[in-house]
Amino acid sequence: MKPLSAIVFKDIVIELRNKETISSMLMFGLLVLVVFNFAFQPTGAERALIAPGILWVAFTFAGILGLNRSLSIELDNDCLQGLLLAPLDRGSLYLGKVASNFIFMMIAEVMILPIFVLFYNLRFDLQFLQIAGLSFLGTFAFAAVGTILSTISANTRMKEVMLPILLIPLTLPVILASVMATSAVLSGETEGISSWLYLLGGFSIVYLVASYLVFEFVVEE
Amino acid sequence: MTSRVLGIASLVLMVFALYMALIYAPQEAQQGTPYRIIYFHVPMGILSFVSAYLLGFAGIMFLIKRDLKWDRLAIGAAELGVLCTACSLITGSIWAKPIWGVWWAWDARITLQLLLGLFFIAYFMLRAYLPDREKRAKLAAVFGVLGMIDVPFNYYSIEWWATQHPQPVLRGGGSIDPDMRLALYVSALALTVTCAYLLTRRLAIARVEEEVEYLEHLVHAHE
Repeated sequence: MKPLSAIVFKDIVIELRNKETISSMLMFGLLVLVVFNFAFQPTGAERALIAPGILWVAFTFAGILGLNRSLSIELDNDCLQGLLLAPLDRGSLYLGKVASNFIFMMIAEVMILPIFVLFYNLRFDLQFLQIAGLSFLGTFAFAAVGTILSTISANTRMKEVMLPILLIPLTLPVILASVMATSAVLSGETEGISSWLYLLGGFSIVYLVASYLVFEFVVEE
Repeated sequence: MTSRVLGIASLVLMVFALYMALIYAPQEAQQGTPYRIIYFHVPMGILSFVSAYLLGFAGIMFLIKRDLKWDRLAIGAAELGVLCTACSLITGSIWAKPIWGVWWAWDARITLQLLLGLFFIAYFMLRAYLPDREKRAKLAAVFGVLGMIDVPFNYYSIEWWATQHPQPVLRGGGSIDPDMRLALYVSALALTVTCAYLLTRRLAIARVEEEVEYLEHLVHAHE
């Protein structure tokens, strides 16, 4: 637990100093909400229909931005080398980065969510809390696979550009499950929602374990 | 040697499979002739999944053994994957136009095939942007393993999301005519042997490519 919390602490301290990651994610997420509103110009009933998709597109794109940022701070000044020299195993390094990525994404999403509810004329009630809970699950799955793929993409010549190309095909089940569960919550028909929640949970656990095992190969020289 | 045997076997089996698919198999009651594309379409769909698992398996073996022969197998598997997903999507579209009236429907299995195809292409993009041979093999292996794990998740998520595809003919439960089933098995076998033949040829080419890369490296070192 100690190396994990040390990495999270380090990332939080860096973030408190420059406030770059969360502010850029937040801004980008808001821009997505605005652009989609212009692109679709939804009215009344349509709005509730397309809102879940727009929300998760905003979360996904903002998340990709955050993942790229989280790794680029490690690549500047060879910080990653320093982390690899530190007395902690590679798996803990991965878990630590997942935790800090997850925390930053969650903070940005918690700020985007009320604005989303406001923009799309949804209600601040139990629904709001349920969507927040869903974001928690979906974001965790996204962070688990995103952390290892951002480390892979940082090794390529294209760096940042490579991440969405690798990440989106693999995280489609997460995006799909999150959108479907969010629509179920918004429409009030929560009957089939449990299978989507199981899918998100299962995906997170499987990818967390698999990435924990193979992360060593990604960072070794 | 294996390659030559596979080549001859695939030639013979393909001729036999064509006979089975076009002449031996009875006409379908509702669709008529267009249904015969399944003898090509269904095996290609199945082989694209086999390629994804082969890619993942080669990745795991490479990470354990660190032998570049597993990386060559991974390249072959991924290229077969691109070929099979493309073939099944194209034949599916050709079939869908007269039967469903549209070239493309966002149906569960089509979407799954498309996604699998995108995964294979992403795999090649990753390889293309990794200059170092050793690192390319290692990171591509990790991505291959992560992609293999994704297949069942994709399958179930898309299955729950929407489906209007004809139910799978092989595990759909006994409704298929025995002659049609036999023809389907024969064409599946023929296409599997053909893919295995292509894979052995690809492995031979990959070995030569590696040698060329090594020799180029030597020449540059002397200059």
